Amino acid sequence: MRLTCPHCGPRGLEEFSYRGDATVRRPSLEAPEEDWIAYVYLRDNPCGAHKELWYHGSGCRAWLVVERNTLTHAVHSVNAVSVEDAP
Amino acid sequence: MSGERYSFFSLLRETLRGHTGWKPAWRKAAPQKAYDIVIVGGGGHGLATAYYLARRYGLTKIAVVEKGWIGGGNVGRNTTIVRSNYLLPGNVPFYEQSMKLWEGLEQDINYNAMVSQRGVLNLFHNDAQRNAYIRRGNAMRLNGVDAELLNREAVRAKLPFLDFDNARFPIQGGLLQRRGGTVRHDAVAWGYARAADRLGVDIIENCEVQGIRVHDGHVTGLETTRGFIGARKIGLACAGNSSRVAAMAGLRLPIESHVLQAFVSEGLKPFIDCVATFGAGHFYVSQSDKGGLVFGGDIDGYNSYAQRGNLPVVEDVLEGGMALMPRIGRVRLLRQWGGIMDMSMDGSPIIDRTSVGGLYLNAGWCYGGFKATPASGLCFAHLLARDEPHAVATAYRLDRFGKGAVIDEKGMGAQPNLH
Repeated sequence: MRLTCPHCGPRGLEEFSYRGDATVRRPSLEAPEEDWIAYVYLRDNPCGAHKELWYHGSGCRAWLVVERNTLTHAVHSVNAVSVEDAP
Repeated sequence: MSGERYSFFSLLRETLRGHTGWKPAWRKAAPQKAYDIVIVGGGGHGLATAYYLARRYGLTKIAVVEKGWIGGGNVGRNTTIVRSNYLLPGNVPFYEQSMKLWEGLEQDINYNAMVSQRGVLNLFHNDAQRNAYIRRGNAMRLNGVDAELLNREAVRAKLPFLDFDNARFPIQGGLLQRRGGTVRHDAVAWGYARAADRLGVDIIENCEVQGIRVHDGHVTGLETTRGFIGARKIGLACAGNSSRVAAMAGLRLPIESHVLQAFVSEGLKPFIDCVATFGAGHFYVSQSDKGGLVFGGDIDGYNSYAQRGNLPVVEDVLEGGMALMPRIGRVRLLRQWGGIMDMSMDGSPIIDRTSVGGLYLNAGWCYGGFKATPASGLCFAHLLARDEPHAVATAYRLDRFGKGAVIDEKGMGAQPNLH
Protein backbone atom coordinates (compact mmCIF):
# COMPACT_ATOMS: atom_id res chain seq x y z
CA MET A 1 0.00 0.00 0.00
CA ARG A 2 1.38 3.39 -1.04
CA LEU A 3 -0.20 6.80 -0.76
CA THR A 4 0.09 9.46 -3.45
CA CYS A 5 0.54 12.66 -1.49
CA PRO A 6 -0.91 15.64 -3.43
CA HIS A 7 2.24 17.61 -2.53
CA CYS A 8 5.00 14.98 -2.72
CA GLY A 9 3.79 12.29 -5.12
CA PRO A 10 3.69 8.52 -4.44
CA ARG A 11 5.38 7.62 -1.16
CA GLY A 12 5.81 4.53 1.01
CA LEU A 13 3.55 3.92 3.97
CA GLU A 14 6.39 4.33 6.48
CA GLU A 15 6.37 8.11 5.86
CA PHE A 16 2.80 8.48 7.13
CA SER A 17 1.02 8.08 10.40
CA TYR A 18 -2.64 7.33 10.89
CA ARG A 19 -5.25 9.25 12.85
CA GLY A 20 -8.51 7.44 12.07
CA ASP A 21 -12.02 8.01 10.76
CA ALA A 22 -12.27 11.41 9.00
CA THR A 23 -16.06 11.56 9.15
CA VAL A 24 -16.50 12.05 12.91
CA ARG A 25 -17.44 15.62 13.75
CA ARG A 26 -16.91 17.50 16.99
CA PRO A 27 -20.33 18.27 18.52
CA SER A 28 -21.30 21.76 19.58
CA LEU A 29 -20.41 22.77 23.14
CA GLU A 30 -24.11 22.65 24.07
CA ALA A 31 -24.59 19.15 22.65
CA PRO A 32 -25.74 16.45 25.11
CA GLU A 33 -23.16 14.18 26.74
CA GLU A 34 -24.13 11.21 24.54
CA ASP A 35 -22.99 13.11 21.44
CA TRP A 36 -19.60 13.76 23.01
CA ILE A 37 -19.21 10.14 24.07
CA ALA A 38 -20.06 9.06 20.53
CA TYR A 39 -17.59 11.58 19.09
CA VAL A 40 -14.70 10.41 21.25
CA TYR A 41 -15.36 6.67 21.39
CA LEU A 42 -17.81 5.28 18.83
CA ARG A 43 -16.88 4.47 15.23
CA ASP A 44 -18.71 3.01 12.22
CA ASN A 45 -15.66 0.85 11.46
CA PRO A 46 -16.89 -0.15 7.98
CA CYS A 47 -15.65 -3.10 5.97
CA GLY A 48 -15.20 -1.40 2.58
CA ALA A 49 -14.97 2.30 1.71
CA HIS A 50 -13.47 4.34 4.54
CA LYS A 51 -12.61 8.03 4.71
CA GLU A 52 -9.67 8.57 7.03
CA LEU A 53 -7.04 11.06 8.20
CA TRP A 54 -3.33 10.47 7.58
CA TYR A 55 -0.39 12.71 8.45
CA HIS A 56 2.64 12.93 6.15
CA GLY A 57 5.10 13.31 9.02
CA SER A 58 8.24 12.26 7.12
CA GLY A 59 7.34 14.33 4.07
CA CYS A 60 5.50 17.62 3.70
CA ARG A 61 3.86 17.30 7.15
CA ALA A 62 0.44 17.89 5.65
CA TRP A 63 -2.74 16.29 6.96
CA LEU A 64 -4.44 14.26 4.27
CA VAL A 65 -7.91 12.82 3.76
CA VAL A 66 -7.61 9.36 2.20
CA GLU A 67 -10.48 7.34 0.76
CA ARG A 68 -9.50 3.71 0.95
CA ASN A 69 -11.12 0.28 0.92
CA THR A 70 -10.48 -1.45 4.25
CA LEU A 71 -11.09 -4.90 2.76
CA THR A 72 -8.81 -4.63 -0.29
CA HIS A 73 -6.49 -1.78 0.78
CA ALA A 74 -7.20 -0.09 -2.59
CA VAL A 75 -6.66 3.68 -2.28
CA HIS A 76 -9.32 5.69 -4.13
CA SER A 77 -8.22 9.24 -3.42
CA VAL A 78 -5.75 11.28 -1.36
CA ASN A 79 -6.49 14.95 -0.81
CA ALA A 80 -5.08 17.69 1.35
CA VAL A 81 -7.36 18.29 4.30
CA SER A 82 -9.81 21.19 3.84
CA VAL A 83 -11.77 23.30 6.29
CA GLU A 84 -14.84 21.08 5.82
CA ASP A 85 -12.78 18.06 6.83
CA ALA A 86 -11.77 19.51 10.18
CA PRO A 87 -13.12 17.27 12.92
CA MET B 1 -16.07 -37.89 28.50
CA SER B 2 -14.74 -41.32 27.72
CA GLY B 3 -11.44 -42.08 26.07
CA GLU B 4 -12.54 -45.30 24.40
CA ARG B 5 -12.30 -43.73 20.96
CA TYR B 6 -8.58 -43.20 21.30
CA SER B 7 -6.51 -45.94 22.91
CA PHE B 8 -3.52 -48.08 22.17
CA PHE B 9 -5.84 -50.72 20.77
CA SER B 10 -7.80 -48.33 18.55
CA LEU B 11 -4.51 -46.99 17.22
CA LEU B 12 -3.30 -50.51 16.51
CA ARG B 13 -6.59 -51.43 14.86
CA GLU B 14 -6.56 -48.35 12.65
CA THR B 15 -2.92 -48.88 11.75
CA LEU B 16 -3.83 -52.33 10.44
CA ARG B 17 -6.74 -51.02 8.38
CA GLY B 18 -5.02 -47.98 6.93
CA HIS B 19 -6.62 -45.40 9.23
CA THR B 20 -9.94 -45.65 7.42
CA GLY B 21 -12.10 -46.10 10.52
CA TRP B 22 -11.58 -42.84 12.41
CA LYS B 23 -14.79 -40.91 13.02
CA PRO B 24 -15.10 -37.10 12.99
CA ALA B 25 -14.42 -35.60 16.41
CA TRP B 26 -17.61 -33.54 16.32
CA ARG B 27 -20.93 -33.69 14.47
CA LYS B 28 -21.70 -31.58 11.42
CA ALA B 29 -24.84 -30.12 12.95
CA ALA B 30 -27.64 -28.65 10.84
CA PRO B 31 -29.47 -25.70 12.38
CA GLN B 32 -32.60 -26.47 14.39
CA LYS B 33 -35.54 -24.10 14.37
CA ALA B 34 -34.69 -22.39 17.63
CA TYR B 35 -32.23 -22.44 20.51
CA ASP B 36 -32.10 -20.96 23.99
CA ILE B 37 -28.71 -19.40 23.28
CA VAL B 38 -26.92 -18.90 19.98
CA ILE B 39 -23.26 -17.88 19.97
CA VAL B 40 -22.13 -16.03 16.84
CA GLY B 41 -18.55 -16.96 16.02
CA GLY B 42 -16.95 -20.41 16.07
CA GLY B 43 -13.55 -19.30 17.21
CA GLY B 44 -11.81 -19.97 20.49
CA HIS B 45 -13.99 -17.60 22.51
CA GLY B 46 -17.29 -18.72 21.00
CA LEU B 47 -16.55 -22.43 21.38
CA ALA B 48 -15.26 -21.93 24.93
CA THR B 49 -18.42 -20.01 25.78
CA ALA B 50 -20.61 -22.81 24.45
CA TYR B 51 -18.58 -25.41 26.33
CA TYR B 52 -18.79 -23.62 29.69
CA LEU B 53 -22.50 -22.89 29.17
CA ALA B 54 -23.13 -26.60 28.82
CA ARG B 55 -20.58 -27.84 31.32
CA ARG B 56 -20.64 -25.37 34.18
CA TYR B 57 -24.06 -23.79 33.82
CA GLY B 58 -25.88 -26.93 32.75
CA LEU B 59 -27.66 -25.35 29.82
CA THR B 60 -28.82 -27.25 26.77
CA LYS B 61 -30.19 -26.09 23.42
CA ILE B 62 -27.09 -24.11 22.56
CA ALA B 63 -25.70 -23.47 19.08
CA VAL B 64 -22.53 -21.91 17.75
CA VAL B 65 -22.86 -20.44 14.26
CA GLU B 66 -19.74 -19.82 12.22
CA LYS B 67 -19.52 -18.21 8.79
CA GLY B 68 -16.63 -20.42 7.63
CA TRP B 69 -15.10 -23.38 9.42
CA ILE B 70 -14.41 -23.31 13.14
CA GLY B 71 -11.05 -22.03 14.30
CA GLY B 72 -10.37 -20.30 10.97
CA GLY B 73 -10.11 -16.79 12.36
CA ASN B 74 -7.82 -15.40 15.01
CA VAL B 75 -7.58 -18.58 17.08
CA GLY B 76 -5.75 -20.01 14.07
CA ARG B 77 -3.74 -16.85 13.39
CA ASN B 78 -2.15 -15.86 16.68
CA THR B 79 1.32 -16.47 18.11
CA THR B 80 0.04 -18.90 20.79
CA ILE B 81 1.30 -17.03 23.86
CA VAL B 82 -0.46 -17.24 27.22
CA ARG B 83 0.43 -15.02 30.19
CA SER B 84 -1.21 -13.00 32.96
CA ASN B 85 1.38 -10.25 33.49
CA TYR B 86 -1.04 -7.35 33.62
CA LEU B 87 -0.93 -4.22 35.74
CA LEU B 88 -4.40 -2.76 36.24
CA PRO B 89 -6.96 -4.02 38.78
CA GLY B 90 -9.64 -4.60 36.12
CA ASN B 91 -7.34 -6.86 34.15
CA VAL B 92 -5.14 -8.87 36.54
CA PRO B 93 -7.80 -11.11 38.15
CA PHE B 94 -9.37 -11.86 34.77
CA TYR B 95 -6.15 -12.90 33.05
CA GLU B 96 -5.06 -14.88 36.12
CA GLN B 97 -8.38 -16.72 36.00
CA SER B 98 -7.56 -17.49 32.39
CA MET B 99 -4.08 -18.71 33.32
CA LYS B 100 -5.57 -21.07 35.92
CA LEU B 101 -8.03 -22.43 33.36
CA TRP B 102 -5.16 -23.01 30.91
CA GLU B 103 -3.38 -25.01 33.59
CA GLY B 104 -6.32 -27.40 33.92
CA LEU B 105 -7.59 -27.21 30.36
CA GLU B 106 -6.33 -30.51 29.00
CA GLN B 107 -7.84 -32.55 31.84
CA ASP B 108 -11.02 -30.50 31.65
CA ILE B 109 -11.70 -31.03 27.94
CA ASN B 110 -9.72 -34.28 27.58
CA TYR B 111 -7.68 -32.94 24.69
CA ASN B 112 -3.94 -32.46 24.28
CA ALA B 113 -3.60 -28.72 23.76
CA MET B 114 0.17 -28.83 24.30
CA VAL B 115 0.02 -26.33 27.15
CA SER B 116 3.67 -25.47 27.70
CA GLN B 117 4.50 -23.24 30.69
CA ARG B 118 7.90 -22.31 29.42
CA GLY B 119 7.89 -18.80 30.88
CA VAL B 120 7.36 -15.34 29.45
CA LEU B 121 10.33 -12.97 29.82
CA ASN B 122 9.86 -9.22 29.24
CA LEU B 123 13.28 -7.61 28.81
CA PHE B 124 14.11 -4.10 30.00
CA HIS B 125 16.85 -1.86 28.75
CA ASN B 126 17.04 1.16 31.07
CA ASP B 127 16.31 2.26 34.64
CA ALA B 128 12.85 3.65 33.92
CA GLN B 129 11.77 0.40 32.30
CA ARG B 130 13.14 -1.59 35.22
CA ASN B 131 11.11 0.55 37.63
CA ALA B 132 8.01 0.04 35.49
CA TYR B 133 8.53 -3.73 35.50
CA ILE B 134 9.14 -3.78 39.25
CA ARG B 135 5.82 -2.00 39.66
CA ARG B 136 4.11 -4.43 37.30
CA GLY B 137 5.67 -7.42 39.05
CA ASN B 138 4.52 -6.12 42.43
CA ALA B 139 0.99 -5.56 41.12
CA MET B 140 0.98 -9.13 39.83
CA ARG B 141 2.25 -10.61 43.12
CA LEU B 142 -0.31 -8.62 45.11
CA ASN B 143 -2.92 -10.41 43.01
CA GLY B 144 -1.36 -13.81 43.58
CA VAL B 145 0.29 -14.01 40.17
CA ASP B 146 3.88 -15.24 39.94
CA ALA B 147 6.45 -12.68 38.85
CA GLU B 148 10.20 -12.70 39.14
CA LEU B 149 12.68 -9.94 38.37
CA LEU B 150 15.82 -11.22 36.66
CA ASN B 151 19.03 -9.23 36.58
CA ARG B 152 21.33 -9.10 33.60
CA GLU B 153 23.31 -12.18 34.63
CA ALA B 154 20.21 -14.25 35.18
CA VAL B 155 18.93 -13.31 31.73
CA ARG B 156 22.34 -14.09 30.26
CA ALA B 157 22.28 -17.54 31.82
CA LYS B 158 18.88 -18.17 30.25
CA LEU B 159 19.40 -16.62 26.81
CA PRO B 160 23.17 -16.16 26.33
CA PHE B 161 22.91 -15.27 22.65
CA LEU B 162 21.01 -11.99 23.06
CA ASP B 163 22.77 -8.75 22.20
CA PHE B 164 23.43 -7.66 25.80
CA ASP B 165 25.85 -4.87 24.90
CA ASN B 166 23.79 -3.31 22.16
CA ALA B 167 24.99 0.31 21.99
CA ARG B 168 21.51 1.81 22.15
CA PHE B 169 19.49 -0.79 24.03
CA PRO B 170 21.74 -2.82 26.35
CA ILE B 171 19.77 -5.55 28.15
CA GLN B 172 19.61 -4.80 31.87
CA GLY B 173 17.31 -7.60 32.96
CA GLY B 174 13.78 -8.85 32.62
CA LEU B 175 10.48 -9.61 34.30
CA LEU B 176 9.75 -13.32 34.13
CA GLN B 177 6.41 -15.04 34.58
CA ARG B 178 7.32 -18.71 34.79
CA ARG B 179 3.73 -19.91 34.52
CA GLY B 180 3.28 -18.14 31.19
CA GLY B 181 4.10 -19.92 27.96
CA THR B 182 2.48 -21.21 24.81
CA VAL B 183 -0.49 -23.39 23.86
CA ARG B 184 -1.17 -25.15 20.58
CA HIS B 185 -3.78 -22.72 19.25
CA ASP B 186 -5.69 -24.95 16.82
CA ALA B 187 -6.01 -27.63 19.45
CA VAL B 188 -7.78 -25.12 21.69
CA ALA B 189 -10.50 -24.61 19.08
CA TRP B 190 -10.76 -28.33 18.28
CA GLY B 191 -10.66 -29.38 21.93
CA TYR B 192 -13.42 -26.99 22.98
CA ALA B 193 -15.44 -27.92 19.90
CA ARG B 194 -15.26 -31.64 20.63
CA ALA B 195 -16.00 -31.18 24.33
CA ALA B 196 -18.94 -28.86 23.61
CA ASP B 197 -20.28 -31.18 20.91
CA ARG B 198 -20.30 -34.10 23.31
CA LEU B 199 -22.39 -32.04 25.71
CA GLY B 200 -24.98 -31.53 22.97
CA VAL B 201 -23.95 -28.14 21.58
CA ASP B 202 -24.72 -27.75 17.87
CA ILE B 203 -21.71 -26.38 16.00
CA ILE B 204 -23.07 -25.04 12.72
CA GLU B 205 -20.36 -24.24 10.19
CA ASN B 206 -20.71 -22.35 6.89
CA CYS B 207 -23.54 -20.37 8.42
CA GLU B 208 -22.99 -16.64 8.07
CA VAL B 209 -25.15 -14.25 10.05
CA GLN B 210 -26.82 -11.71 7.77
CA GLY B 211 -29.21 -10.04 10.17
CA ILE B 212 -30.30 -9.93 13.79
CA ARG B 213 -34.07 -9.97 14.20
CA VAL B 214 -35.30 -7.71 17.01
CA HIS B 215 -38.90 -7.44 18.19
CA ASP B 216 -40.01 -4.92 20.82
CA GLY B 217 -36.41 -4.25 21.79
CA HIS B 218 -35.59 -7.93 22.31
CA VAL B 219 -33.81 -10.33 19.99
CA THR B 220 -35.84 -13.15 18.47
CA GLY B 221 -33.23 -14.79 16.27
CA LEU B 222 -30.71 -14.61 13.48
CA GLU B 223 -31.06 -14.41 9.72
CA THR B 224 -28.33 -16.61 8.33
CA THR B 225 -27.21 -18.11 5.04
CA ARG B 226 -28.78 -21.35 6.30
CA GLY B 227 -32.11 -19.77 7.13
CA PHE B 228 -33.66 -18.16 10.20
CA ILE B 229 -32.52 -19.49 13.57
CA GLY B 230 -34.63 -18.49 16.55
CA ALA B 231 -32.85 -17.56 19.78
CA ARG B 232 -33.88 -16.28 23.20
CA LYS B 233 -30.39 -14.95 23.76
CA ILE B 234 -27.61 -14.18 21.31
CA GLY B 235 -23.95 -13.86 22.25
CA LEU B 236 -21.60 -12.16 19.82
CA ALA B 237 -18.07 -13.57 19.97
CA CYS B 238 -16.81 -12.52 16.56
CA ALA B 239 -13.84 -10.29 17.34
CA GLY B 240 -12.40 -8.72 14.22
CA ASN B 241 -15.90 -8.36 12.83
CA SER B 242 -17.74 -7.25 15.98
CA SER B 243 -18.63 -3.84 14.54
CA ARG B 244 -20.17 -5.38 11.43
CA VAL B 245 -22.32 -7.88 13.29
CA ALA B 246 -23.34 -5.44 16.04
CA ALA B 247 -24.37 -2.97 13.34
CA MET B 248 -27.05 -5.49 12.29
CA ALA B 249 -28.76 -4.70 15.59
CA GLY B 250 -28.20 -0.97 15.18
CA LEU B 251 -25.25 -0.72 17.57
CA ARG B 252 -22.09 1.34 17.12
CA LEU B 253 -19.13 0.06 19.11
CA PRO B 254 -16.00 1.72 20.55
CA ILE B 255 -13.92 -0.48 18.26
CA GLU B 256 -11.79 -0.19 15.12
CA SER B 257 -10.68 -3.27 13.16
CA HIS B 258 -6.93 -3.39 12.55
CA VAL B 259 -4.58 -5.91 10.97
CA LEU B 260 -1.83 -7.59 13.02
CA GLN B 261 0.88 -9.60 11.30
CA ALA B 262 2.73 -12.66 12.58
CA PHE B 263 5.67 -14.63 11.25
CA VAL B 264 7.23 -18.10 11.34
CA SER B 265 10.79 -18.89 10.33
CA GLU B 266 12.16 -22.12 8.90
CA GLY B 267 12.71 -24.90 11.45
CA LEU B 268 15.80 -24.59 13.63
CA LYS B 269 17.37 -26.65 16.38
CA PRO B 270 15.98 -25.73 19.80
CA PHE B 271 17.70 -22.63 21.13
CA ILE B 272 15.09 -20.46 22.81
CA ASP B 273 13.16 -22.17 25.60
CA CYS B 274 10.81 -19.37 26.67
CA VAL B 275 8.81 -16.49 25.22
CA ALA B 276 11.02 -13.38 25.06
CA THR B 277 9.93 -9.83 24.37
CA PHE B 278 12.16 -6.94 23.32
CA GLY B 279 11.63 -3.88 25.52
CA ALA B 280 12.99 -1.25 23.16
CA GLY B 281 10.97 -2.09 20.08
CA HIS B 282 7.93 -4.20 19.45
CA PHE B 283 9.18 -7.73 18.90
CA TYR B 284 8.43 -10.97 20.72
CA VAL B 285 9.50 -14.50 19.91
CA SER B 286 9.11 -18.12 20.91
CA GLN B 287 10.13 -21.36 19.25
CA SER B 288 7.51 -23.87 18.21
CA ASP B 289 7.86 -27.60 18.79
CA LYS B 290 8.61 -27.97 15.09
CA GLY B 291 11.54 -25.59 15.55
CA GLY B 292 10.25 -22.53 13.75
CA LEU B 293 10.63 -19.16 15.40
CA VAL B 294 7.17 -17.71 15.94
CA PHE B 295 7.31 -13.95 16.24
CA GLY B 296 5.43 -10.72 15.77
CA GLY B 297 5.27 -7.06 16.66
CA ASP B 298 2.93 -4.11 16.33
CA ILE B 299 -0.34 -3.82 14.47
CA ASP B 300 -0.09 -2.10 11.09
CA GLY B 301 -2.00 0.85 12.51
CA TYR B 302 -4.80 1.59 10.03
CA ASN B 303 -8.36 0.28 9.76
CA SER B 304 -8.33 -3.02 7.90
CA TYR B 305 -10.40 -6.14 7.32
CA ALA B 306 -7.88 -7.56 4.85
CA GLN B 307 -6.13 -10.29 6.91
CA ARG B 308 -2.86 -9.21 5.32
CA GLY B 309 -0.55 -6.34 6.17
CA ASN B 310 2.08 -4.17 4.57
CA LEU B 311 5.85 -4.19 4.34
CA PRO B 312 6.83 -1.32 6.70
CA VAL B 313 5.66 -3.35 9.70
CA VAL B 314 7.44 -6.46 8.39
CA GLU B 315 10.66 -4.44 8.25
CA ASP B 316 10.03 -2.96 11.69
CA VAL B 317 9.45 -6.35 13.32
CA LEU B 318 12.51 -7.91 11.70
CA GLU B 319 14.66 -4.94 12.73
CA GLY B 320 13.50 -5.48 16.29
CA GLY B 321 14.44 -9.14 16.03
CA MET B 322 17.88 -8.33 14.68
CA ALA B 323 18.49 -5.77 17.41
CA LEU B 324 17.60 -8.32 20.08
CA MET B 325 19.30 -11.43 18.68
CA PRO B 326 21.61 -10.80 15.74
CA ARG B 327 22.14 -14.54 15.25
CA ILE B 328 18.82 -14.83 13.40
CA GLY B 329 20.24 -12.72 10.56
CA ARG B 330 20.63 -15.65 8.17
CA VAL B 331 17.41 -17.39 9.12
CA ARG B 332 14.82 -17.53 6.35
CA LEU B 333 11.23 -16.51 6.82
CA LEU B 334 8.84 -19.37 6.13
CA ARG B 335 5.40 -17.82 6.49
CA GLN B 336 3.81 -14.51 7.31
CA TRP B 337 0.13 -13.69 7.71
CA GLY B 338 -2.33 -11.21 9.16
CA GLY B 339 -5.38 -11.35 11.40
CA ILE B 340 -8.06 -8.77 12.12
CA MET B 341 -8.14 -7.38 15.63
CA ASP B 342 -10.99 -5.66 17.45
CA MET B 343 -8.96 -2.67 18.66
CA SER B 344 -11.01 -1.08 21.42
CA MET B 345 -10.71 2.54 22.48
CA ASP B 346 -8.84 1.75 25.71
CA GLY B 347 -7.05 -1.45 24.70
CA SER B 348 -9.20 -3.66 26.95
CA PRO B 349 -12.05 -6.05 26.10
CA ILE B 350 -15.81 -5.84 26.53
CA ILE B 351 -17.97 -8.62 28.02
CA ASP B 352 -21.36 -7.11 28.66
CA ARG B 353 -25.03 -6.78 27.87
CA THR B 354 -26.02 -4.36 25.12
CA SER B 355 -28.92 -1.91 24.83
CA VAL B 356 -30.83 -4.59 22.87
CA GLY B 357 -32.61 -7.12 25.07
CA GLY B 358 -31.10 -10.62 24.88
CA LEU B 359 -28.08 -9.45 22.89
CA TYR B 360 -24.72 -9.90 24.63
CA LEU B 361 -21.31 -8.75 23.49
CA ASN B 362 -17.87 -10.32 23.80
CA ALA B 363 -15.51 -8.06 21.84
CA GLY B 364 -12.60 -5.66 21.81
CA TRP B 365 -9.83 -8.19 22.48
CA CYS B 366 -7.21 -6.13 20.65
CA TYR B 367 -4.19 -8.36 19.99
CA GLY B 368 -4.53 -10.25 23.28
CA GLY B 369 -7.51 -12.47 22.70
CA PHE B 370 -5.85 -15.87 22.57
CA LYS B 371 -4.49 -15.92 26.12
CA ALA B 372 -7.94 -14.86 27.33
CA THR B 373 -9.82 -17.67 25.57
CA PRO B 374 -10.80 -19.84 28.58
CA ALA B 375 -11.70 -16.97 30.93
CA SER B 376 -13.48 -15.14 28.14
CA GLY B 377 -15.58 -18.24 27.51
CA LEU B 378 -16.26 -18.76 31.21
CA CYS B 379 -17.18 -15.13 31.91
CA PHE B 380 -19.31 -14.81 28.78
CA ALA B 381 -21.09 -18.05 29.67
CA HIS B 382 -21.69 -16.71 33.19
CA LEU B 383 -23.14 -13.49 31.78
CA LEU B 384 -25.37 -15.34 29.31
CA ALA B 385 -26.58 -17.86 31.89
CA ARG B 386 -27.00 -15.65 34.96
CA ASP B 387 -27.47 -12.25 33.33
CA GLU B 388 -24.85 -10.74 35.62
CA PRO B 389 -21.11 -10.30 35.09
CA HIS B 390 -18.66 -12.89 36.38
CA ALA B 391 -16.70 -11.66 39.42
CA VAL B 392 -13.44 -11.31 37.46
CA ALA B 393 -15.01 -9.51 34.49
CA THR B 394 -17.00 -6.76 36.20
CA ALA B 395 -14.78 -4.03 34.75
CA TYR B 396 -15.33 -5.04 31.11
CA ARG B 397 -18.50 -2.99 30.73
CA LEU B 398 -19.63 -1.46 27.49
CA ASP B 399 -20.59 1.82 29.20
CA ARG B 400 -17.19 2.32 30.85
CA PHE B 401 -16.10 4.65 28.05
CA GLY B 402 -18.85 7.17 28.68
CA LYS B 403 -18.38 6.91 32.44
CA GLY B 404 -14.64 7.49 32.40
CA ALA B 405 -13.89 4.04 33.83
CA VAL B 406 -11.61 3.03 30.97
CA ILE B 407 -8.96 0.31 31.51
CA ASP B 408 -6.02 1.76 29.63
CA GLU B 409 -2.95 -0.45 30.30
CA LYS B 410 -0.78 1.60 27.97
CA GLY B 411 -2.18 5.03 28.81
CA MET B 412 -2.70 5.95 25.18
CA GLY B 413 -6.22 7.42 25.28
CA ALA B 414 -8.98 6.88 22.75
CA GLN B 415 -6.67 6.07 19.84
CA PRO B 416 -7.03 2.37 18.98
CA ASN B 417 -3.91 2.05 16.83
CA LEU B 418 -1.68 3.10 19.75
CA HIS B 419 -2.78 0.38 22.17
